[in-house]
Amino acid sequence: MTAATSAANTNAGTASAMRGSQPPLPGAWRVGLSRGQVELKSFFRERQSVAFNFAMPAVMLVLLGTIFRGQHTGQGVTIGDLYVAGLIGGGVMATSYQNLGVSIAFERERFTLKRLRGTPMPASAYFAGKIIQVFTAATAEVAVLLAVGVAMYHLRLPASPAAWWTFAWVFVLGVAACSLLGIAASSLPRSAARNGVAVVTLPFIVLQFISGVYVPFTLVPPWLRDVASVFPLEWMCRGMRSVFVPQAVSLEPSHSWQHGQTALVLTAWIVAGLVLCLKTFRWQERTAR
Amino acid sequence: MNATDRAVRVRGLRKRYGGDAAVRGIDLEIAQGEVFALLGPNGAGKTTTVEILEGYRDRDGGEVSVLGVDPRRASRAWRARIGIVLQLAADAPELTVAEMAEHFAGFYPSPRRPAEVIDLVGLTDRARSRIHTLSGGQLRRLDVALGLIGGPELLFLDEPTTGFDPAARRAFWEVIRALSGGGVTVLLTTHYLDEAAALADRVAVIRDGVIVAEGPPGALPGHRAGEAVVSWQDRGGTRRERTAEPTRLITGLAARYGGEVPGLTVTRPSLEDIYLDLIGGRQ
Repeated sequence: MTAATSAANTNAGTASAMRGSQPPLPGAWRVGLSRGQVELKSFFRERQSVAFNFAMPAVMLVLLGTIFRGQHTGQGVTIGDLYVAGLIGGGVMATSYQNLGVSIAFERERFTLKRLRGTPMPASAYFAGKIIQVFTAATAEVAVLLAVGVAMYHLRLPASPAAWWTFAWVFVLGVAACSLLGIAASSLPRSAARNGVAVVTLPFIVLQFISGVYVPFTLVPPWLRDVASVFPLEWMCRGMRSVFVPQAVSLEPSHSWQHGQTALVLTAWIVAGLVLCLKTFRWQERTAR
Repeated sequence: MNATDRAVRVRGLRKRYGGDAAVRGIDLEIAQGEVFALLGPNGAGKTTTVEILEGYRDRDGGEVSVLGVDPRRASRAWRARIGIVLQLAADAPELTVAEMAEHFAGFYPSPRRPAEVIDLVGLTDRARSRIHTLSGGQLRRLDVALGLIGGPELLFLDEPTTGFDPAARRAFWEVIRALSGGGVTVLLTTHYLDEAAALADRVAVIRDGVIVAEGPPGALPGHRAGEAVVSWQDRGGTRRERTAEPTRLITGLAARYGGEVPGLTVTRPSLEDIYLDLIGGRQ
């Protein structure tokens, strides 16, 4: 070894001596909160995510509500009422499933995930950051949609704590199920830049048409409703109708809100989504070398 | 050097992809504080080797020790001691340079000061800019800053100066020299042989999954001491001759031309000449 190398060795020796008194690694909670902050900044500063995941449901509510203004379905239910409840379901899925499915596909393709994996950031902190971002965006989304509903369609917010409790569990279970499915869907596109948005978004658009988001559920043929009721979105919309349009219960095929079944189906999707994520999540693209 | 002086120790490393052997028995030793360059054409097994050392990939055989730890058992504490600069990571376009550096600093137990690292890579006047407004070279410098932010003992640099203009490259080399002077071990992969020659204490050339040559950049096998290339202008155009006795050849030429030899140049074979010989037809 040369003289230069041995001089460098002396320096490295002091570096490793200092290591003995090194402070402990930052806690997973602290790193998770910091991830959440960065995720929120990125989400709300990016025009595309704000436009597609956040503003879209509100724009659709204004648009569809205006087109079908004043139309009634009977039983004191306006089309506008149904759209508020339906788009809350759709908005929750947009800010969870679509948001995560597209953004994580890009994070994988652009080596964001790979770079994070190469740091001492705990994996749990990454997912904690996503949870913080998704729940914040979804809550803000619901608030915007309710504000539009109250301002444009004379929506009356429920007063009973029981209704808000129903809202809370449908919201939390729905966000959880759709987030896990979004994380799993992020592994589907072969190239995020070329077809990531289409691959992730296409099934979501189809579901919105048959689950009572874009088309009032009363107009969807029964066999398509049966198809829709396999997936979480239909149950989320139904749960939201039970909270914000309770008088619509007589329009439901079973003349009841089926809360027990809603909780069961959403929980089943959470379990299925978790299994899918554990089986498919990768920090880097699968490449030959 | 004894065992504790080694930042990296590799014995008999093997890796296959399907039926394809990418790495076929590599041995490596890198001393602490050394700048070591891994050279080789695309597909030679360079990236695979480095990614196994970084803990990104598993191996099929061989022993690997990086800072005394097998990267298969990469822990957070071990990751805190290494820094990785990937080939390209264009993420978080809406954050500012300072926000990103501060965020990454929060992953480490004893990070360097973000402002200091930003200054080190020459991005101080862009610290408040959103990342998507940076130029290619500035993005690359941010990548390097994020690799340094944890105060690593070992830094992996993958093609660090791709897309740099010549001045930025020279400035970057100074950064690496300063780090190395401070005791940081650097493992560099690069396509630029002048970069390897300028920075590395030792280089290794990989070809077809094995190391075909290893040593200080000025003393690789094929670099026969004293050999030079002499060229001059003849009636038929430029003549070149490779010789171990350049002085004797030039004396002869001077006698033949009766004084000045037209267009005379004498050069030592560069690392590039030797590298091309090594990865070319013969082994």
